[in-house]
Amino acid sequence: MINLTIDGRSLQAEEEKTILEVSRDNGIDIPTLCYNEDLEPYGACRLCLVEISRNNRSRLVTSCLYPVEEGLVVKTNSDRVLTNRKMLMELLLARCSGVKVIEDMARKMGVEKPSFRPQYLDHNECILCGLCVRACAEVVGTSALSLVNRGVNREVASPFLDTASDCIGCGSCVYICPTKCIKMEDSGDTRTIRNWKVNFKLKKCQKCGNYFAPEKQLEYIRTKLKLPEDFFDTCPNCK
Amino acid sequence: MVRLSSPQQLEGLRKSIVERKDRSKPCIALCVGTGCLAYGCTDILTAFKNEVEKNRLQDKVDIRATGCPGFCERGALLTIYPQGIFYQRVKMEDVPEIISETILKGNIIERLLYTDPNTGERYTKEADVPFYKRQQRLLLDSNNKIDPTSIEDYLAIGGYAAFAKALSHMKPEQIIQEIKRSGLRGRGGGGFPTGAKWESTREAHGDIKYVICNCDEGDPGAYMDRSLMEGNPHSVLEGMIIGAYAIGANLGYVYIRHEYPMAVENVTIAIKQAEELGLLGEDILGSGFGFKVKVSRGGGAFVCGESTALMASLEGKVGEPRAKYIHTSEKGLYNRPSDLNNVETWANIPHIILKGADWFNKIGTKGSKGTKIFSLVGKVKNTGLVEVPMGMTLREIVYDIGGGILGGNKFKAVQTGGPSGGFIPESLLDLPVDFDELTRVGSMMGSGAMIVTDENTCMVDMAKYFVGFLQEEACGKCLPCREGLKRMLEILTDITRGDGRKEDIELLERIAATLKDASLCALGGTAANPVMTTIRYFRDEYEAHINERRCPAGVCKELITYSIIDEKCPGCGLCVEPCPTKAITFVAKKKPVILNQKLCIKCGTCCDICKMKAVGVK
Repeated sequence: MINLTIDGRSLQAEEEKTILEVSRDNGIDIPTLCYNEDLEPYGACRLCLVEISRNNRSRLVTSCLYPVEEGLVVKTNSDRVLTNRKMLMELLLARCSGVKVIEDMARKMGVEKPSFRPQYLDHNECILCGLCVRACAEVVGTSALSLVNRGVNREVASPFLDTASDCIGCGSCVYICPTKCIKMEDSGDTRTIRNWKVNFKLKKCQKCGNYFAPEKQLEYIRTKLKLPEDFFDTCPNCK
Repeated sequence: MVRLSSPQQLEGLRKSIVERKDRSKPCIALCVGTGCLAYGCTDILTAFKNEVEKNRLQDKVDIRATGCPGFCERGALLTIYPQGIFYQRVKMEDVPEIISETILKGNIIERLLYTDPNTGERYTKEADVPFYKRQQRLLLDSNNKIDPTSIEDYLAIGGYAAFAKALSHMKPEQIIQEIKRSGLRGRGGGGFPTGAKWESTREAHGDIKYVICNCDEGDPGAYMDRSLMEGNPHSVLEGMIIGAYAIGANLGYVYIRHEYPMAVENVTIAIKQAEELGLLGEDILGSGFGFKVKVSRGGGAFVCGESTALMASLEGKVGEPRAKYIHTSEKGLYNRPSDLNNVETWANIPHIILKGADWFNKIGTKGSKGTKIFSLVGKVKNTGLVEVPMGMTLREIVYDIGGGILGGNKFKAVQTGGPSGGFIPESLLDLPVDFDELTRVGSMMGSGAMIVTDENTCMVDMAKYFVGFLQEEACGKCLPCREGLKRMLEILTDITRGDGRKEDIELLERIAATLKDASLCALGGTAANPVMTTIRYFRDEYEAHINERRCPAGVCKELITYSIIDEKCPGCGLCVEPCPTKAITFVAKKKPVILNQKLCIKCGTCCDICKMKAVGVK
């Protein structure tokens, strides 16, 4: 076990845990947008920055990536942290004005409107946190999406901005997106994810007759887990 | 060639190569580096070969295609050995005369000599030319003494002797201690102590370790790594082999941006030659130590020069940086201990091993040892690559080596360290250039790019240019760098257009602070330097743009007007035709032309053409 101090509290933590994990385990809240405990930390949104000090020298580090060390002193709410976090919120707010999650988060930090012209990328809802891409690769294992281009032109995209041929329509990207900018629709026997230009035929439950999941997704799971051929003939509710 | 199986055999081979060489035989060494290629040096080289054949001199004269000696502005460059006669701006038509006069009769061709624009003095030998005189060319000096595609040439100047020494007389720990004691700091930008990096990679857990050479040089105007890799690839390889031996690595990578085809070609040739001689591969020189080097080409993303992004790119992933809380010396390429150094750092290694840490230590300042290659560009008379001991002042570099400011203009600032370096004003010209001093004044060593600006440069416009470059080249992964640079560019553009607001300077400072504090990698962390330093040293220019809608340097189009200064205009009419919008009307000889402000698009063509300085800018 490692001894460290977070916001004045002496804590013990397991080795190899990150500052963010230890903080959350102890009820200390650090805001994040690109973090999900089931995915590899990424460090892109920078909201989880905290100030650490060692030998009278302090610096900001990304708490989702920084492994705890013996004797570490962490401040999650120092002036330096808050000033930077506010600027980050301003930048986010200017990037995607009109996204409720961002607006709420900003208001909580005392940022009402950015100091810049918010006309850039109006109606843009994607904050490029990369959660959808990582969920697709790390959890689903399909890697149907990728972050393409660089700098301000960066975007999440299907291959060559065309139909995402590897997409199985599972919707993981939709569920994990913090700003809800990935649009998925089930209508009749079809599922559409507009962002990736894909349509899927949904499987009908042989018992209740409801459409419950894309055939491609069920086939993917069945093959991966070596399940019997009739395994998905009925929906989970009817099983 | 026969594979060598001991350091003694290597020395034997070197001896036989040196003995075979006739030092008194004339040698025409022509630069065929990328810079001189633009001056048509391949044709000049062919012309020399033809001319030599024509005169039946094949056995009496050597022709050597060499790497870059640095004075690129004066290309094509030619050195004639053994005398060391230095000819510049050599053209195809000069070839027969050089053979008939200089080679056959020993006469100097005056017009091909370098003439100092300040004193009018001519210099026959390279070493006497002011551009070279103040330099200390530890690494670059060999460039025009060898053919980079000939391992024999490299062996002849003492190549691989450092490696042989390390292998037969030093334990890996001793080598690391020697590098540590030398005080060598990484030339790629951050200036991290090289020996310490080697030591932690050696001590890291894992059987498989890598050494990597970073030749992904992307700074505008910087090309020292290219010149070393093109001109003396074996010196870089030798450094890597010594490093690999000290660290315990058996595989190395040279990562070169694909815009450097000649560097790729020359290092590939060098690797093959070293393999054939048994200096790379299994059981090197019979020592049991094995090391291979592979070449990997980068796709040309600026951020891939950052070590973690480079490693991601090497792995075949998108080149994006990651936080370095766990050092790459422990978990780098493929999560294995990896030591990454840049070209110039590697090239220093053989010198330190051969001549010792104490010798290296004597060059430079307290905190920065050795020499540093700078690419001196911009508004100076002599541009090119200069290698000087650390601690030389900016004034010496700009005035003594660079020959001062072009066109008799006034010096304004010098930007060091590439696009994310800072601008250093005239009041700090006596700053000794080393890692720590540059950081202290808000700039950095970075790659070693040095861009000199004069009074006709607008500092807000310069900051805008570099922020524009960086926002395009940022990877876009982390929020402050991606969005912050975008916003900074927006604000700077507003200011240069006369749309600046009073609060803009403070806002720029606030964004800059977050960029510095909160970015994921060093690109974002340093990206605000051009803005921060121009505000720090040239705040009055920002204020003139914002408060008075005036660009003091006369650069920002929206804020300036061109006018004809009647008393200076001879009415020659030279400016009339080139004006793209026909805004200038010819009246009569000896009567000033008339400029129609409504039609003027402020392109500045008339101003550039007029030798009488009769076009004014306000």
